Amino acid sequence: MLKLADFKTNEKSWWCPGCGDFGVLAALQRALVDLGKPPHEVAIVAGIGCSGKIGNYINCYNFHVVHGRTLPTAMGLKLANRRLTVIAAGGDGDGYAIGGNHFLHAIRRNVDITYIVMDNQIYGLTKGQVSPTSGVGFVTRSSPHGNIERPVRPLQLAIAAGATFVASGFSSDIKQLASLIKQGIEHKGFALINVYSPCVTFNKVNTYDWFKETLINLDEDPNYDPTDRAAALAKLIETDEQVRGLVYKAEQPSFEELFPGFREEPIVHQDWTMPPEEFEKLLARYR
Amino acid sequence: MRERHLVAWRIGGEQGQGIDSTGEMLATVCNRLGYYIYGYRHFSSRIKGGHSNYKIRISTEPVLSTSSDTDVLVAIDQETIDRNHHELVPGSIVIADARFSPQLPEGCPARLLPVPLTQIAQDLGDAVMRNTVSLGVSAYLLGLPLQEFEKALQERFAKRPELAEKNVAVLRAGYEYAQEHLPRLEWTLAPGDGKARLIMMGNDAVALGAVAAGCRFCAAYPITPASEIMENMMAILPRFGGVVVQAEDEIAAISACIGAGFAGARALTATAGPGISLMQEAIGLAHAAEIPLVIVDTQRGGPSTGMPTKQEQSDLFAILFGSHGDTTRIALAPSTVEEAFYDTVTAFNLADKYQCPVFLVSDLSLALNKQTVEQLDLSRVTIDRGLLLTDEEIAAQAEEDGFRRYRITESGISPRPLPGQPKGQYLATGVEHNEFGKVSEDPRNRVAMMDKRWRKIPQDPRQMGLQGIKYSGPANPDVLLVGIGSTFGPIDDARKALSARGFSVGHAHVRVLAPLPVAELSELMAKATHVVVVEHNQQGQLLQLIEYKVGKALREQGVDLPMMHSVRKYDGTPFLPAEIVARAQEVIRYAEAS
Ligand SMILES: Cc1ncc(C[n+]2csc(CCOP(=O)(O)OP(=O)(O)O)c2C)c(N)n1
Ligand code: SF4
Repeated sequence: MLKLADFKTNEKSWWCPGCGDFGVLAALQRALVDLGKPPHEVAIVAGIGCSGKIGNYINCYNFHVVHGRTLPTAMGLKLANRRLTVIAAGGDGDGYAIGGNHFLHAIRRNVDITYIVMDNQIYGLTKGQVSPTSGVGFVTRSSPHGNIERPVRPLQLAIAAGATFVASGFSSDIKQLASLIKQGIEHKGFALINVYSPCVTFNKVNTYDWFKETLINLDEDPNYDPTDRAAALAKLIETDEQVRGLVYKAEQPSFEELFPGFREEPIVHQDWTMPPEEFEKLLARYR
Repeated sequence: MRERHLVAWRIGGEQGQGIDSTGEMLATVCNRLGYYIYGYRHFSSRIKGGHSNYKIRISTEPVLSTSSDTDVLVAIDQETIDRNHHELVPGSIVIADARFSPQLPEGCPARLLPVPLTQIAQDLGDAVMRNTVSLGVSAYLLGLPLQEFEKALQERFAKRPELAEKNVAVLRAGYEYAQEHLPRLEWTLAPGDGKARLIMMGNDAVALGAVAAGCRFCAAYPITPASEIMENMMAILPRFGGVVVQAEDEIAAISACIGAGFAGARALTATAGPGISLMQEAIGLAHAAEIPLVIVDTQRGGPSTGMPTKQEQSDLFAILFGSHGDTTRIALAPSTVEEAFYDTVTAFNLADKYQCPVFLVSDLSLALNKQTVEQLDLSRVTIDRGLLLTDEEIAAQAEEDGFRRYRITESGISPRPLPGQPKGQYLATGVEHNEFGKVSEDPRNRVAMMDKRWRKIPQDPRQMGLQGIKYSGPANPDVLLVGIGSTFGPIDDARKALSARGFSVGHAHVRVLAPLPVAELSELMAKATHVVVVEHNQQGQLLQLIEYKVGKALREQGVDLPMMHSVRKYDGTPFLPAEIVARAQEVIRYAEAS
């Protein structure tokens, strides 16, 4: 039996006390325990940012990559060893600014990875600049006159781009978040879990209390149908994405299932020696 | 009748008119007859329209360069003549489509043979087959058996028998027309040895080498002249259970390879200069986190978009000094298509052994020009995974004092577990870390880790079992020609020509760019009076590198650097041996006179 302790490390935390990312870490550990995934079969690719430090605090195979590149790295990792549970994790800047293009293409490809974005509407690690999800008018170090850019709406963007699993979490509801992460991991294909994860140091607007007040819990709404794409988009527009819970889910083949010749046996476990007769066949084209 | 052992044939016309496939056909047939081939495509960055031509040197001896003369020019339009007549020499012929009333410029020593190429093709079906008519004519004039061409056409149009038939008919008509109407030439091509070899371009060889070496993951973003590598991988890998991703950009491509490398797969990405620029940050990550992968740079004209379809070797500095911070490099530089195959295999083994990115430095000429390659020897391909651990070894080490992924060893190489192996969990990171992979900014740890990563890469290619220099010539040459990559052929030809003129010349071709074979080069250079570095860039990147690294080594031995000369070409076209001869002679004479 796996225990929470199996996923803990003795690394002391670099996060500020009260940071929302603690809740995300706890929920992720919970989800992995619930799924019964042993730590060595889990790989987390984390980005750069406070959020990207999550890999330091969880016992599994961790890869802390460069800013914004978690998704392509996680894709390579998953395709090389499809038996691993592969999770990409990072912040809103990491995912929707510098890594924005990869976000679209990860959705398009539908590789079986779970992407957790710790959305605090600010750049934490670089000490409080405006982020792509910051609201209009938000005053930060880099927007002293108030943010004039409209925010990215990742949930709508994901659904519009064809995502097959879209969820919204809140870091202070660890139970719901763990359940969403679990569903995301179990989902076949790319799963986005955008988590409202307050930065208590630099974001004095989007606080725990603020989220508690604004977020509507879709999981508690018996009339909400997460398989209805149009309804999901309508809900997100209506609420300006101030929701939590499973937003949208569809069954679609994953990239791995569609890729010609892709085998059940992970690439890393295959025998790579080239049989001479196969090699001769390859050379025939050049005679 | 005079027998010739080397004939240069060239076909020219508008891009999109099938110039390439006609050249391919002739190359294939000649290869099967046992000739050695070197193909050179001249094309521009547009898809349709614009002049393009394809030159093929057909020889009874190995040939690795293009030449400044053309013996047979097939002109589909007048522009082909206007652009290429300077290559015609006494004895050359021009097979020109009678349709456009071809004209040779005044004083041109070649013989013009107008042939109704379009007319013949039209009479038998379709004007687009005019190229096939010209093949028939060429076959007759060169004395090559028609059946081989027929067979090649049948194969090419195997899926469309009616097209195959039409083309064969047109081919024969061309042959027969030539037989009836054209004069016999005063020379003939000596017969090939009948031994069929392989004919391929560098990009084919890289893909084959990668697959043979066990590469099962490729991610790349299309770019000239690298794209064929990804395309080849896409054609091949599904059969072997591998996967190819056409990434959204080069950053994604290399990141995906880094992810796959971390997982334990052998991963390849291929790009050209602009892509290398985008990859630089990730290269630093692979270095710091000690992740193996292979990066191919098929150099082309830069900077920026420069001349994307033209030859250049100007990424040396980007490859060696790119990325930020202190990083070490391994960069192999094949000089022939055959070497491109074996070097790719070696690159994967080195990447695993030293747990780092390894560059394969190619260039447009090597990437795209077809060469004859002897049978590739699969028994020379071995897969060496380096310091990977068994589950038991990991468990034992974890038991001891916790598993240390980045253990500081004497060799600098640390033991590596793969995700999925029990008890091997660690943090791979570009952030400075301790032996466990945990983030550490401790000054002593920092220095130890920097030194460990530096130490693990040998400073001399010989310590890696590599041939750093490919040398030909006398033991103590006065003049040492130095080059890298595809200039091997032209420099080799130039060396022979210079020797024939009484110079004592050696040719040292750099086969490993990093670590540079400093010891071997300094030995050779210490004996030479003149060193002539031949390269395709404006600033003399290879020359600067040699002056800096070898100069330092020689100074330490109390030896002065010999006279350093530079022959540089950056107009987009590959070196012709004659250009190297002329310029080498010039610099040596000038130096001796002054
Ligand atoms: C290429 C590059 N540019 C900039 C940075 C600096 N940088 C580090 S983290 C970060 C933004 C972090 O914001 P976010 O992703 O929202 O994460 P948070 O810290 O808020 O969790 C930036 C710009 C970097 N590390 N690399
Ligand atoms: S700065 Fe903000 S995001 Fe970063 S650790 Fe502190 S609270 Fe968390």
